[in-house]
Amino acid sequence: MLNSSLKQMSAALRAKKISSVELTNLYLGRIAAHNPVYNAYITTDAAISLAQAKAADELLAKGQAQPLTGIPVAQKDIFCAKGWRTTCGSKMLSDFIAPYDAHVIEQFNHAGAVNLGKTNMDEFAMGSSNETSYFGPVRNPWNQNSVPGGSSGGAASAVAARLCAAATGTDTGGSIRQPAALCGITGIKPTYGTVSRYGMIAFASSLDQAGPMARSAEDCALMLNVMTGFDERDSTSLPREKEDYARDLNLPLAGLRIGLPKEFFAEGLSPDVAARVEDAIAEYRKLGAVTVDISLPNSRLAVPVYYVLAPAEASSNLSRYDGVRYGYRAPEYTDLADMYEKSRAQGFGAEVKRRIMIGTYVLSHGYYDAYYLQAQKIRRLIAQDFADAFKQCDVIMGPTSPSTAFRLGEKNDDPVQMYLSDIYTIAVNLAGLPGMSVPCGFDSNGMPAGLQIIGNYFEEARMLNIAHQYQLATDWHSRSPVKETP
Amino acid sequence: MSLSIADVQKVAHLARLAMNNAEIEAAKSQLSGIFELIEEMQSVDTKGIEPMSHAQDLSQRLREDKVTETDQRGLFQSIAPQVESGLYLVPQVIE
Repeated sequence: MLNSSLKQMSAALRAKKISSVELTNLYLGRIAAHNPVYNAYITTDAAISLAQAKAADELLAKGQAQPLTGIPVAQKDIFCAKGWRTTCGSKMLSDFIAPYDAHVIEQFNHAGAVNLGKTNMDEFAMGSSNETSYFGPVRNPWNQNSVPGGSSGGAASAVAARLCAAATGTDTGGSIRQPAALCGITGIKPTYGTVSRYGMIAFASSLDQAGPMARSAEDCALMLNVMTGFDERDSTSLPREKEDYARDLNLPLAGLRIGLPKEFFAEGLSPDVAARVEDAIAEYRKLGAVTVDISLPNSRLAVPVYYVLAPAEASSNLSRYDGVRYGYRAPEYTDLADMYEKSRAQGFGAEVKRRIMIGTYVLSHGYYDAYYLQAQKIRRLIAQDFADAFKQCDVIMGPTSPSTAFRLGEKNDDPVQMYLSDIYTIAVNLAGLPGMSVPCGFDSNGMPAGLQIIGNYFEEARMLNIAHQYQLATDWHSRSPVKETP
Repeated sequence: MSLSIADVQKVAHLARLAMNNAEIEAAKSQLSGIFELIEEMQSVDTKGIEPMSHAQDLSQRLREDKVTETDQRGLFQSIAPQVESGLYLVPQVIE
C-alpha cells in the first residue's frame, strides 16, 4: 500500500480492501517508528487523525466518497488548522493553537482527507535546508546526514520516507520544488493566486503560494484539485472556475516545444545534475518533443531582487509578532518597548531576524528607491523575459537546484551560499508562474536530482501531463529510499 | 557595500529586535555580505520601467460593507499571553 498511487489507494478504500482507519494507523505506526530519525513532523495527534479516518470510512460506506476521502495527508505547519498546534517552525508560535482553519485545510476537510499531522519546516519558511526550524533539522531519507531541502523539508522527507500518502507545501522562492528535488519526489507550485493564502502564515505575500508534494505527477494533480479554488478571504485569490488538473494527463507530447534557457546550464551547476537533466531532455525528445534554445537574460538578477522584496514583505508581515495578542512573550521586561524588543529577539531565530533586518533596512528612509523600487522594476524585466520566452516554446525546462542534497551544517555559516541554492527557482515566483520539480535520476552518491518544468500562467494541467508522460516512460519517481516492506 | 555598527543598531531598533554587541557585530558582517549580493541590481538601467508589485496585475477587490465576522473574543483571547476582563494587558504606557 505504501507505494500505491493515490488513485490506487482510493480504489482500495472503495473496494473495502482497506479502511481509512487501517491506512491511517499504518502511517501513524510508521511515524512513531521513524519520525525520531527524520524529524519530519512537528506535531501529530492520533486521536484527531483517527476520528477523521472513522468519519471518512462512514462516507465511504455510504458511497459518498470523493477522490481523496480517507487518504492520510501531511500538512505543512504553516497552515492554521483549528485545534492543532501551528508553529510555522518558530519558537514565536511554539504554543500557538490555531483558532481557525486555513482555506487549504477546509478544502481537505471537505474532501474527507485525513490530517496526519503538521510537518517540519524552516522557521517562517525562511530557509533552503530545514535547518532554521526551532524544532530541529529534518533528515533526508536518502542519506540521513544530508538536508532534505527547504523550506518544505518535513513534507518532502515525509513523502519520500513513506510517512504520509501525500503532503502540502508552500513555495515563496523554491520551497516546494527544491526539497522535492533533493528528496526525489514530485512537487508543483501553481500560478500565484490559484490556491488561497487564507490561514497560511504569511512570509512574502506577493510571492507565497501553496501546492502539493507527492510521489508522482498524477498524485499531485489529485491533490491540486482539492487545494485550488477561489476564496474571497484572500484578496489575491483569482476568481476562476474549478478545473480538473488530471484531465490532460494522457495527452501525447508529440510536437511539444521545450525551451532550454542557456542561463540555467551555465557556471555553478553541478555536472551530475546537468547530466541527469540532459538525460531527461533526451527522454522528452524520444517522446516527440523538440527543444528550443532560449535566454532569460535577467534571471541572474533574480536572487538579488528576491533578497530585497521577500525580506521587505517579511519585515512588514512579521511586525505582527509583538507578544501582545498571541505568540511568545519574554518572561522579563521593563516597559512596553522592552517587551516588544525582548519578545521578538527571543522568539525569532537567527535567519528570521536577519531577513527582518534586511527588509527593515531596504524599506527605511533614504533607501526605498535604491533598493525596493529598483527591485520591483527588475522584477518586471524578469517577468518580461518569461513572456518573451513563451513566444518560442510551450514549456521551459532546466535543473531545479544547482546540486543534489548537501550535508547538514555544510552551508550554515554562509547565508549567501544558502541563498544561491534557489538560483533556478526564484525567478518563477517573481513572475508568478507555475513551476514543478520531477525526479530525473541520481548523482554518483545515490542522491536524487530534480528536473524543473516551468509553464505559462494557468498551464498546470499541461505541465502535469508533461511530467506524467515522462513518469510513464521512466521509473525515477517510483524509486524509494525505504527498504523494508510494510 | 559595508554597513556600519550604527546602521545595524538603527535597523535593529526600527525592527524592535533587542541585540547585544556581539550580535550586532555578527549581523554587520552577514548583512554586508548579503548587500554585496544585492548590489548587483544597481548596474541595471531601469529608466521608464514600471515597478511590478504583484504577479498578476489586478486591482484590489472590494467587498460589500457588511459585518461578516462573528464575535470570537473569548476564543481569540484564550491564546493571548496576558488578558484581563476581555482586555489585552501590556506594561503601563501612560503615567
